[in-house]
Amino acid sequence: MSTLQISIYRYNPETDSVPYMQEFQLDTQGRDIMVLNALEMIKQQDSSMAYRRSCREGVCGSDGMNMNGKNGLACVTPLSEVVKDNKLVLRPLPGLPVIRDLVVDMGVFYKQYESIQPYLQNDTTEPTMERLQSPEEREKLDGLYECILCACCSTACPSFWWNPDKFVGPAGLLQAYRFLADSRDTATRERLERLEDPFSLFRCRGIMNCVAVCPKGLNPTRAIGKIREMLLSNAT
Amino acid sequence: MVTNITNLGRSGLSDWLIQRVSAIILAIYAVFMVLYLLFHPGLDYATWSGLFSQTWMRIFSLLAFISIAAHAWVGLWTVSTDYLKQAGARFAFQAVVMLAIFVFLVWGVQVLWGA
Ligand code: SF4
Ligand code: SF4
Ligand code: FES
Repeated sequence: MSTLQISIYRYNPETDSVPYMQEFQLDTQGRDIMVLNALEMIKQQDSSMAYRRSCREGVCGSDGMNMNGKNGLACVTPLSEVVKDNKLVLRPLPGLPVIRDLVVDMGVFYKQYESIQPYLQNDTTEPTMERLQSPEEREKLDGLYECILCACCSTACPSFWWNPDKFVGPAGLLQAYRFLADSRDTATRERLERLEDPFSLFRCRGIMNCVAVCPKGLNPTRAIGKIREMLLSNAT
Repeated sequence: MVTNITNLGRSGLSDWLIQRVSAIILAIYAVFMVLYLLFHPGLDYATWSGLFSQTWMRIFSLLAFISIAAHAWVGLWTVSTDYLKQAGARFAFQAVVMLAIFVFLVWGVQVLWGA
């Protein structure tokens, strides 16, 4: 069996009043290609199909989508990993406004990222060359800096679905911890204060959907736990 | 930083701590109750009211009642801010919850120290 049944979420706000699912048949000739390759073959059948992609190797983070119910990057997800009973359902990342077909508006996601001030802050005098870090201090950033902001995690998180304007979400919180854990950053207190309210961080219920979907194998739940520990020891 | 006036503690950290501490107190109270009932199979009214006439038991019970009240408020407040998107409905829900918790708490005190 090499003919794959692919059902894709379609919505063009200029012509459609409501979104609908469109069925496609795809002959993969028995090869286990990536979901993105399959999408490209479909685009040859129907050039109106819209999706984002760039690097096609899991680096740029632009082709996050929902494949048979699970978020991931289409370019690094082989069909064999997601296809069930020869069927594949592709939908845009859940919870964000759809611009067209599989393209979502990431505005609120970036706003949350911006809110954690994702840049190094240090008010001590600048050294002439550079701010040095010991190998041990550098090691603390492993598992944090690798995030490519694909939004697979935040759009799989129920807390982010309900309060995307108030809850920073797993991606933003992972980056918040990336700067809290950085020995060169001195804004720790201000960073913690911004996360102390009932929504920004504490809406996390530890469901770990974020961990289950991250295509880079990162663990936002652990980072959130570490921030909570920092808040706790700061306040007690 | 998100501000919200209906959150009593005004802090996610204190809410989080309240939930953990009250859960531990309730767990201890529940285990105590189960053990007490197991060790008193033919429990009669005199023994039961004797237990609750002791000051330590009243304090322990009041602590458990306050824990339930706090736990319920933080939990239901969170549920309402997750699922009730319409501000009026959310406020009405929170008001009803608050009133019910208050009534049950006062009633609980009356049961413990009354009669
Ligand atoms: S943590 Fe993982 S899933 Fe979330 S945005 Fe970063 S790379 Fe994507
Ligand atoms: S662990 Fe927290 S951040 Fe991750 S999916 Fe669950 S609620 Fe969201
Ligand atoms: S196309 Fe760049 S991550 Fe998939």
